[in-house]
Amino acid sequence: MSDRALGVACLLLAGFYAYFAAQTQIGFISDPLGPKVFPYIIAGVLALAGIYPIIKPDQPPDWPPAGRLLEIVFATAVMIAYTYALPEVGFVLATAVTAGLLSWRLAAGPLSAAAAGVVISVGIYLVFHTILGLSLARGPWGF
Amino acid sequence: MDALSHLVDGFAIALTFENIGLALIGCVVGTVIGALPGLGPSNGVAILIPLAFTLGLPPTPALILLTSVYYGAMYGGRISSILLNIPGDEPALMTTLDGYPMARKGQPGEALALSGLASFVGAFFATWGLVFVAPQLVKLALLFGPAEYFALYTLAFATLGGVASRNQAKAAMAAALGLGIAMIGVDGQTGVPRLTFGDIHLYDGIDFLVAIVGLFAISEVFLFLEHKGEGEISGVAPKIGRITAPWSMIRGTIGTMTRGTVVGFLAGVLPGAGASLGSFIAYTTEKRLKDRDGTFGTGDPRGVAAPESGNNAAAGGALVPMLSLGVPGSGTTAVLLAMLLTLNITPGPLLFNQHPDVVWGLIAALFISNIVLVLLNIPLVGVFVRVLQVPPRFLMPTVAMISFVGIYGISGSTFDLLEMIVFGVLGYLLRKLDVPLVPVILGVLLGNAMEVNLRRALTISDGDWSILFGSPMAIGLWTFAIVGFLAPLIFGRYFRPRIADEAPGEGTDPD
Repeated sequence: MSDRALGVACLLLAGFYAYFAAQTQIGFISDPLGPKVFPYIIAGVLALAGIYPIIKPDQPPDWPPAGRLLEIVFATAVMIAYTYALPEVGFVLATAVTAGLLSWRLAAGPLSAAAAGVVISVGIYLVFHTILGLSLARGPWGF
Repeated sequence: MDALSHLVDGFAIALTFENIGLALIGCVVGTVIGALPGLGPSNGVAILIPLAFTLGLPPTPALILLTSVYYGAMYGGRISSILLNIPGDEPALMTTLDGYPMARKGQPGEALALSGLASFVGAFFATWGLVFVAPQLVKLALLFGPAEYFALYTLAFATLGGVASRNQAKAAMAAALGLGIAMIGVDGQTGVPRLTFGDIHLYDGIDFLVAIVGLFAISEVFLFLEHKGEGEISGVAPKIGRITAPWSMIRGTIGTMTRGTVVGFLAGVLPGAGASLGSFIAYTTEKRLKDRDGTFGTGDPRGVAAPESGNNAAAGGALVPMLSLGVPGSGTTAVLLAMLLTLNITPGPLLFNQHPDVVWGLIAALFISNIVLVLLNIPLVGVFVRVLQVPPRFLMPTVAMISFVGIYGISGSTFDLLEMIVFGVLGYLLRKLDVPLVPVILGVLLGNAMEVNLRRALTISDGDWSILFGSPMAIGLWTFAIVGFLAPLIFGRYFRPRIADEAPGEGTDPD
């Protein structure tokens, strides 16, 4: 079933891809092939490759139970929040919270997860910013 | 000997205080990356590229650092294979077959010493192979026109899909996805934006470093979240004792190491097949040739020496097509190619003429790091064993945060970070669906070069497609591509790693 869905997704994607490639505005000077043909070829390959799993799907993958999928969604949300929090609160705080949350979800106890978050954040800050001079996000407090 | 005099020049470049220091750091970091289950050569190098780039290292030192990491990871993978029966990375999978039984029999020290020596033999002679084979390939590649280059890129995708993956359709799908991603942005030849949906962030295209780090590193974090609590390293590593191998054992494996090195090197040079295939073929050939008493799989020293020499030789062999043709032979060399492109160095035949200092400095550095690695990996292996005890619940958040730091360092843009997360989710889904990631990366990296060569060829012929098959060399490349893609369909079951078929594809780290 998963493979069939993958195949259908590829066919749809190929269709969209060809459609959006066709929207490319061509100037009045172009080489014989132009900027559209290679994307068309790619869409063709993608569509052909998508047909095979629809006809002959592989063994379905063992999807994790819903709870674990939720973990992944949660981790994704945490990371997205992190990218927005970086410029607002600075590197050290944002990273400590994010690393702590990830560590907690990876089965660390709350206390050791919090400690891990702080250690990871401060550790990266010291190594990459203080020693190696990489520029990291600066928050209102300058770190 | 032209190559040898170049090599001497290379040593003059590599033997500076800074470069030796970088090689040393790279070797240590690489061995740690290889030893840690869940971090392999490709995602390890992927995380480090943005960092090396933002640190502003010049091309040669940056390459020395990262190829030392690459070689180091190939050494390090065996440690957890032997001691814990968990491959530290995918190429080390075959080492578990005889390495772990050897450790159980009370010979962990011997197994570690022997495998370290085999790694050294494989990597050392493969580097010599690189010295002599790459310039020959360069001579050939200088005759290539755009049509031949287009055929060569197709060949890389075809052999990658045919030899290294389980399902050709999914490999083709992955390649198309990667190529499709590469097309996004302003078209270099006509200057019109393509597939950007009017979003100005996309005009510059999608940075392949963002794609690589997302696909390899972030998706790994998701996989660990899915499997948390399973397969935690619970057992304490066995006491190692003295890390030496008796001379009789070494003498018994000299032939094995030689064969493993040759076979592994050839597997590495073949575009699309990396170190995993090298170690697999080395082990199976050895087993077929020498396993008369059925001792393979029960702790036979030859079963440890063969895959380790094969895997390290393939790692060196994979650098041949990457440096001389610009077509990477494996996942990690694809990542190294990304590094070169970021530094504005285009690998290929011209690299040898225009930047001989980079090429030969790199090759000399490989010899140096090999010697450093064998010293690190035999007497000091105990230090790395301790590293294995870092649990994933602390390791994985660190990996994720370092990925963010690296990508943020390149551009400082939130958009790139979001893109990386999207690629992480995509990489997770593709891994679950058993779609290989290496063709995606290769597509993202080579897509623009491939299109440029196609369009150049057709501009020369004024739109006549027959130019693609217009020279004997092009026809040869196309034939090789078709055979490489289709042959595994016909006698694939026989040739393909059966153990890789059984292993869950999702967890594998493409070498």
